[in-house]
Amino acid sequence: MASAFDYAPAPESRAVVDIAPSYGLFIDGEFTEAAAGKVFKTVSPSTEEVLSEVAQAGAEDVDRAVQAARKAFEKWSALPGSERAKYLFRIARIIQERSRELAVLETLDNGKPIKETRDADLPLVAAHFFYYAGWADKLGHAGFGTDPKPLGVAGQVIPWNFPLLMLAWKIAPALATGNTVVLKPAETTPLSALFFADICRQAGLPRGVVNILPGYGDTGAALVAHPDVNKVAFTGSTNVGKEIARTVAGTRKKLTLELGGKGANIVFDDAPIDQAVEGVVNGIFFNQGQVCCAGSRLLVQESIHDELLDSLKRRLSTLRLGDPLDKNTDIGAINSAEQLARITALAEQGEAEGAERWSPACELPGSGYWFAPTLFTNVTQAHTVARDEIFGPVLSVLTFRTPDEAVAKANNTAYGLSAGIWSEKGSRILAVAGKLRAGVVWSNTFNKFDPTSPFGGFKESGFGREGGRHGLEAYLDV
Amino acid sequence: MSDRLSVFKTYKLYVGGKFPRSESGRVYDVTDAKGKWLANAPQSSRKDARDAVVAARKAFGGWSGATAYNRGQVLYRVAEMLEGRREQFVREVADAEGLSKSKAAAVVDATIDRWVWYAGWTDKIAQVVGGANPVAGPFFNLSSPEPTGVVAVLAPRESSFLGLVSVVAPVIATGNTAVVIASEKAPLPALSLGEVLATSDVPGGVVNILSGRTAEIAAPLAAHQDVNAIDLAGADEVLAKELEIAAADNLKRVLRPQPVDYFETPGTDRLTAFLETKTVWHPTGSLGASGSSY
Amino acid sequence: MPTTASPAQPFADVTASDSTLRRFLHGLPGVDAVGLEARAASLGTRSIKTTAKAYAIDLAISMVDLTTLEGADTPGKVRALGAKAVHPDPTDRATPATAAVCVYPDMVATAKEAVAGSGVKVASVATAFPAGRAALGVKLADVRDAVAAGADEIDMVIDRGAFLSGKYLKVYDEIVAVKEACGTSARLKVIFETGELSTYDNIRRASWLGMIAGADFIKTSTGKVAVNATPANTLLMLEAVRDFRAQTGVQIGVKPAGGIRTTKDAIKFLVLVNETAGEDWLDNHWFRFGASSLLNDLLMQRQKLATGRYSGPDYVTVD
Repeated sequence: MASAFDYAPAPESRAVVDIAPSYGLFIDGEFTEAAAGKVFKTVSPSTEEVLSEVAQAGAEDVDRAVQAARKAFEKWSALPGSERAKYLFRIARIIQERSRELAVLETLDNGKPIKETRDADLPLVAAHFFYYAGWADKLGHAGFGTDPKPLGVAGQVIPWNFPLLMLAWKIAPALATGNTVVLKPAETTPLSALFFADICRQAGLPRGVVNILPGYGDTGAALVAHPDVNKVAFTGSTNVGKEIARTVAGTRKKLTLELGGKGANIVFDDAPIDQAVEGVVNGIFFNQGQVCCAGSRLLVQESIHDELLDSLKRRLSTLRLGDPLDKNTDIGAINSAEQLARITALAEQGEAEGAERWSPACELPGSGYWFAPTLFTNVTQAHTVARDEIFGPVLSVLTFRTPDEAVAKANNTAYGLSAGIWSEKGSRILAVAGKLRAGVVWSNTFNKFDPTSPFGGFKESGFGREGGRHGLEAYLDV
Repeated sequence: MSDRLSVFKTYKLYVGGKFPRSESGRVYDVTDAKGKWLANAPQSSRKDARDAVVAARKAFGGWSGATAYNRGQVLYRVAEMLEGRREQFVREVADAEGLSKSKAAAVVDATIDRWVWYAGWTDKIAQVVGGANPVAGPFFNLSSPEPTGVVAVLAPRESSFLGLVSVVAPVIATGNTAVVIASEKAPLPALSLGEVLATSDVPGGVVNILSGRTAEIAAPLAAHQDVNAIDLAGADEVLAKELEIAAADNLKRVLRPQPVDYFETPGTDRLTAFLETKTVWHPTGSLGASGSSY
Repeated sequence: MPTTASPAQPFADVTASDSTLRRFLHGLPGVDAVGLEARAASLGTRSIKTTAKAYAIDLAISMVDLTTLEGADTPGKVRALGAKAVHPDPTDRATPATAAVCVYPDMVATAKEAVAGSGVKVASVATAFPAGRAALGVKLADVRDAVAAGADEIDMVIDRGAFLSGKYLKVYDEIVAVKEACGTSARLKVIFETGELSTYDNIRRASWLGMIAGADFIKTSTGKVAVNATPANTLLMLEAVRDFRAQTGVQIGVKPAGGIRTTKDAIKFLVLVNETAGEDWLDNHWFRFGASSLLNDLLMQRQKLATGRYSGPDYVTVD
């Protein structure tokens, strides 16, 4: 959308990050090739250029990594908590120092705008390590007994949507409580985890405490199934989560899962409208909608539907889609060709089922994986776009008449991760929040995260909580 | 190679982020354990104490209003700065307490780690001592801890650095501001700590450090109507009773002196001693089958 | 371009009484303060460089109401201000002139002489600026005086005491009376003193009150109190004028005043305009900056863009 005030290109410089042509696996404090010598390429989703070639871990590598973690566990868990704390504080501070570099790297590998990696992802990553560092020597105060013990070796598999942040959510509490880890980053976003390995080395972290195994689904499956892993933590799709639950059945492995969602963003007729519009936009277009807790269903009170949609459409036309490294970009690239295909197919299904589709005028770049922000109106609970997680910048708009109906519709899903409530009336917010079957309820805000605030789902959105005092439980023998 | 003449440090108070002398112009002799003269330390007056309270009150709004995360980072920065000055403090503590170099080093290391301990509490204490209360009615009810305000602290007489930090850090970790009376006979590590705080992003007035005759400056602080709490760690039995009586005039929260091994990992009582619990109610209404009741 | 017509008719029933006016104003959507401030802060991270920056700087200069409102103002001071408004940068005559000069009523005549022949307007504060604590008759005489002296624009203050004690109709009636005293020769800017109104809900209500009463511009502040224009309160007022035009077809201007000192600040405000009300407001007929020291910073930034070198106070004039 052209305006008299046309923002000139404002690119963040790539020079701040030095990406090597290839990376190995990080096992026992060193980078090594995969035993079977396999490698894979990671590309920038906005340009399709190859960023680097990364070693692909096989079963033998998984075994070696678990052994290294097991060996390191003895000393690591025996360290006084105050010493573990100081390692984690070092890591947090180094992350802060290298934030710009890591933000640019994450934007290149994931496709999300630099504005988000710089202002959201990286600050939260550093804060998460800083928060859990402080728990390492205070576990007796956490409400899990006077001297709770770690579990041992944690096998952790993370997704591509917030690569470094998901790594922080997994590794920080695991290490603080005395466990050691083997972590598999997603196959489309391995780089920030490998840079994190370098940060572990800078911090002097003992070898074997953190091991990073880039690879595909089979690497993750091997890790989850490994007999010497005591704890499994997974963030990703609900289907894979269920597979993992089946895999660990009958074993003594503890499991936490953080899976998909179809969050309802409920706007009442007394909502602060301009802020509600921002909340709706943020809820579904932050990170291109590739967020488990996205507000992908807008439930708007029927009496204000037209007014809200007018405001929403007007607001969407100011969204800037384009080069993720441009500081003024709001909407970046979709993470992969596969994900783009999934979103495209689901959107086509939405149209086929009779929902009305709308996007602001949007020029998509020639190369890379792009999807314009999209609204579906006249959506009902029976539509696929109201039930299936799209994991893209697609909002389904439904209406409701009364608070009871809003709650019923919001809860009418197998998922239960997040919800939003927009109203100026406190008692309404609290009543509705009390009835929503969702692990995170945002009132008059959305997509707010903090290391002190527990995050996780009800029902098929998973079980267990990450963040806060509650987040320690997953990694303690309690 | 001739002996180089060293430059003596003039020890100053640390008030409102600045380094003034005592307004009374007085100093007193500070000697080491063997009686050798170390330095002149300011001998604070009641007016210095008064000014320190004003500075602490002024700083309270900003400090208690900062996020817990921010306070944690500032306290951690103090540890970072202290680590850099490890040798300086090893010498000062050795002189102040008559310790061997290795024993003094153990004290300094423990002190740096004590800052790190408290840096990690700022964003957790609310989760440990606060929480939702399941009242018997349709109400949201939440108890959370809030800092009490300006806290006067009599630093331990003997443990001039580890003990000092062990009483000061928990006060400010939760958002209070402090007026600290350094150990009368071993004030120098405390006054030097002011230099570290000044370079650690600690806002001026959050910690104010006075040296002098404890009884002389503790009395006006204990009676001061704009001081909310007092930690009597550095008071002997007789003085402690006098001060507790004076403190009763505005019902200050009083932490009585007790024997402490400062090397031991503290619990949470020094954090909770200076916290008030605020409990907030809000109706939740309820959703009934026959329609909304709110 | 939409003109400012009298919007009184569609709101006749709203202004029938104090209680109908209160119900209307209090029925406007609420404002979540955290959300509003977050949106303003987020727009403040836009990176405006090169050609965009050059455009913004020149636009901002053309939007400045160059202001002197001091007890110590003299004809000499006002003449210097006027000369600067017309030719802000002696090192570059291509620099745009400011939109207006802003002075007290008894300085209007001098100011008119100082800018004669240029397009620069003369704005006068009035209505017992800045406190507004005087009888209506006195306030109207103040306005008529300024208009008679030739003021092109009147910057009035609302009665905040009346507003905060809920006497909305009194505030409304005063604005209507001042508008009438402006006649057809002067555009009316209505100052809310946002710092005194204190809450965003109040600022939203004052904005609608001012707009239905006939303001040509709604203005944040006098610049004489501790808290003046902020990105958040200006964003809120931009939303108000946007919504008002959508509802009535009438376009009204916005003027943040006080506390805008640097080019960076000014550009943030222009981004707010661009992404909220839209490009129709990117014109000094519809958006102004009430500022004094801002101009020199804009000039120095302009010089840097032109020469590549950081400038300094010796290369801009004291006025």
